[in-house]
Amino acid sequence: MSEHEYTPKSKVGKWFNDRLPLLTLANHLTDYPTPKNLNYWWTFGGILTFCLITQIVTGLVLAMHYIAHADLAFGSVEHIMRDVNYGWLIRYIHANGASMFFLAVYIHIFRSLFYGSYKSPREIIWIIGIIIYLLMMAAAFLGYVLPWGQMSFWGATVITNLFSAIPLVGEGIVTWLWGGYSVDNPTLTRFFTLHYLIPFLILGLVVLHIWALHVPGNNNPIGIDIQKPSKDTVPFHPYIVIKDGFALLMFMIVFAFFVFYTPNILGHADNYIEANPLVTPAHIVPEWYLLPFYAILRSVPDKLLGVIAMLSAILILAALPWLDTSKIRSAVFRPLYKQFYWILVADVLILGYVGAMPAEGLYLLIARVATAYYFLHFLVILPVLGFKERTIPVPLSITEPILAGSTNLATAKNKDSIINQ
Amino acid sequence: MSEKKTKRRDFLFTATYAVGAVGLGATVWPMIDQMNPDASVKALASTEVDISSVNPGNTITVLWRGKPVFIRRRTLEEIAEAKSVKLENLKHPEKDEDRAKNPEWLVMLGVCTHLGCVPLDQKGDYNGWFCPCHGSHYDISGRIRKGPAPTNMEIPKYEFVDANTIKIG
Repeated sequence: MSEHEYTPKSKVGKWFNDRLPLLTLANHLTDYPTPKNLNYWWTFGGILTFCLITQIVTGLVLAMHYIAHADLAFGSVEHIMRDVNYGWLIRYIHANGASMFFLAVYIHIFRSLFYGSYKSPREIIWIIGIIIYLLMMAAAFLGYVLPWGQMSFWGATVITNLFSAIPLVGEGIVTWLWGGYSVDNPTLTRFFTLHYLIPFLILGLVVLHIWALHVPGNNNPIGIDIQKPSKDTVPFHPYIVIKDGFALLMFMIVFAFFVFYTPNILGHADNYIEANPLVTPAHIVPEWYLLPFYAILRSVPDKLLGVIAMLSAILILAALPWLDTSKIRSAVFRPLYKQFYWILVADVLILGYVGAMPAEGLYLLIARVATAYYFLHFLVILPVLGFKERTIPVPLSITEPILAGSTNLATAKNKDSIINQ
Repeated sequence: MSEKKTKRRDFLFTATYAVGAVGLGATVWPMIDQMNPDASVKALASTEVDISSVNPGNTITVLWRGKPVFIRRRTLEEIAEAKSVKLENLKHPEKDEDRAKNPEWLVMLGVCTHLGCVPLDQKGDYNGWFCPCHGSHYDISGRIRKGPAPTNMEIPKYEFVDANTIKIG
């Protein structure tokens, strides 16, 4: 929170603010000093907030028409598509909105990885973010089950069966999750309840995520600590508001393209067949945003170890602030890390690709190599790199390279004269 | 503020707000309209009723758009009584001829115009209908005579398809 005191101008405003300091909060949010060199990769926080609100609003609307019952769910979704006024639009926004949400969150996460935003003092922001990401995956999975099509049903069966890998209690847990001996009506009704609950948990965590962000302030493309407010910052409003707004408009064009022109391209045609507990679809894959983890799961030839590997692939991110031993945040000044970063990006894309392919032959081999590299990156390369890498000298302020003409050591020695300006 | 000339920037702001308002409206409207009656509800907007088994002096109640519709086959005395009432004695003056195209058949929405309860048949001070919720008395033409209801019970759009069938809606 910014330290300066704020007093509302009007008497009523002061009276209200003394009792509930909402105006102080609003003032903090508008004046919030932001690094002036934030690039467009920093606009995805705002875009993600938009995605969350879109999912909640369209989800509330869908819940007015959807019926959570094994016999009626599939029909009620078709009813939404055909009968409800603009139901097709609202459902397509919600379904594609999930994909857009994940697209934005992956960019947001990889932004953090490139610019070292997870490092001290922002570890809590990062860990809250990972929890939000986990909840997003849970919400996406639960929501995918609700239309009660073939992919819904068999997706639910496969994912819940992951818990059966747990020794001794696994089968009991799966029966408990199902509320029966297979995925059926009790499973559907509880999935609906949880799918409704999770977005509000995410909303609460987003508030904490932003709160934690506003303590140290934003990281920035050169990854240095800056003085706030100073020549290196601009107020959040109007500068970042306009920039975020423009990026959001660009994002909405992509979003609208999917909704209006190819609303089903990211889904599976099999989900327009009603759930049938007697027949499994020939080729069953999760939604695109879960494919890398699905590839990791399948690459391990042991049931329990596969599940552990998949969960570890996500949870290892929470330990990232301590696995990355380099004190330099931004990859701009880490020539070796920058290369390993892009290899990791390629590795995750490859995992996503082989996750969509049958788990056999060359695909399986590639999946295994890519899985091994994924863990190698976090467990070996990052810790070692922090000690071995020769980094490029970091400027002392955002304005310094411009004012001093270069980022070389000579200007660094000149730092006192620059900082005191 | 002496200079009143519109600046380029003012125009851009106004244009942006205008486009933004249209976009916002176009986005919000589907979220509002989805709560209006949908296609499956509208498809049920008319009901056909077989009235061949209704004897004089009896009322049947049918469901139309989720609301009760009273179909009463009135006796000659009831018709005479309904026609004899002077309009100046009515809170909501309507002639019986205007309410029952075929005087033998009164087709009327069985919903009290006060707060929406269903009145009871052949009850009340005027031998028509009586609403148990707040004590509104209706006559044999369904007109309000006493009590808090502001207007007569509503006559829905209906027609005789043939001698034995009424189509409501």
